[in-house]
Amino acid sequence: MSIDQLLGLATGVIFGFLLQKGRVLRYDKQVAALLLKDMTIFKFMLSAIVVGMFGILALHEMGLITLSLKAMNVGGILVGGALFGVGWAVLGYCPGTSVGAVGEGRWTAIFGVIGMVVGAGIYAQMYPFFKSTVLAWSDLGKIGLPEATGVNQWVIAVIFALITLGMFRWFEKKGL
Amino acid sequence: MINPEQTRASSSKGWSPYLAGALVGVLAIVSVYLTTVYMGKSTYLGASTTFVRAAGLAVQVVDPSYVAENAYYVKEKVVIDWQFLMVIGIFFGALLSSKMDGSFKLESLPPLWEKRFGSSVPKRAVFAFVGGIVAMIGARLADGCPSGHGLSGMMQLSVSSFVALAMFFGFGVIVANFMYRKAS
Repeated sequence: MSIDQLLGLATGVIFGFLLQKGRVLRYDKQVAALLLKDMTIFKFMLSAIVVGMFGILALHEMGLITLSLKAMNVGGILVGGALFGVGWAVLGYCPGTSVGAVGEGRWTAIFGVIGMVVGAGIYAQMYPFFKSTVLAWSDLGKIGLPEATGVNQWVIAVIFALITLGMFRWFEKKGL
Repeated sequence: MINPEQTRASSSKGWSPYLAGALVGVLAIVSVYLTTVYMGKSTYLGASTTFVRAAGLAVQVVDPSYVAENAYYVKEKVVIDWQFLMVIGIFFGALLSSKMDGSFKLESLPPLWEKRFGSSVPKRAVFAFVGGIVAMIGARLADGCPSGHGLSGMMQLSVSSFVALAMFFGFGVIVANFMYRKAS
């Protein structure tokens, strides 16, 4: 095994461990979040984002890492985002959590995993079509919120953290 | 302000989602740093590209020339890389954690699903399979899933990721509420 693969495996084991401990691998948790009845998934994701955001922005400012933003391809993000949302609600897992769900014994998630591999194969076959249609509409490139708004990244991060904490307080107050 | 003792997850022996989530944030930071040092390229958490590579590996068995000539497989490269092993790691991490605290459970139907759609396993399998196909085509069009966009992209303040996550949840909420609407 190469160093890349070893690092990936170790990262994944810890990631899967934490996903399982946070109890976010379950269909019931994911669908209850989409039904806005249980905010466990939001609590988990937003906590990860806020902590990760400060660390990654700091490492980037120190020149220790490079950022890897995904392009704001308008058609891809809007149509793809909508399709993903539909499929996510029907399957009840996202790509990472489906694999973890099988790991904690919820074996029918394997049909979702197989469906996603088949979906990836269909996408590869249809790629020339998407490339000349949906993906060709408009591409705004790899833009970050600081460039888009002209606001300093730390100001945005602090505002994001404050909004998140406000949401957490509200979730707890409502018992969500 | 936020007391982990009060969160509901603690009742089922899990950890507070705030704590587990915050630790994923730490993992994301450490992982980006280590991949930069040891692989020479800052690599972020993500999952959906691995499904493309898995599809490529599967098709390769039957028809290697198709994969070699397909523009998308060429673009994404059918290799067993860092992310591929990370996704496999998620399986083992979840297995380890659930075996350690006794929450591992062989379950064919999610309770919420069973209550609404009955106890047919084939029915659930078909929905999961079709949902998986649709979700993955969407994730590839959007160039990311809740890991790549939701976690990694938002941490980097990527505009595309904020919009993508809003679309994921927006359409997810609409479809989930339609599926679980009260029968009239």
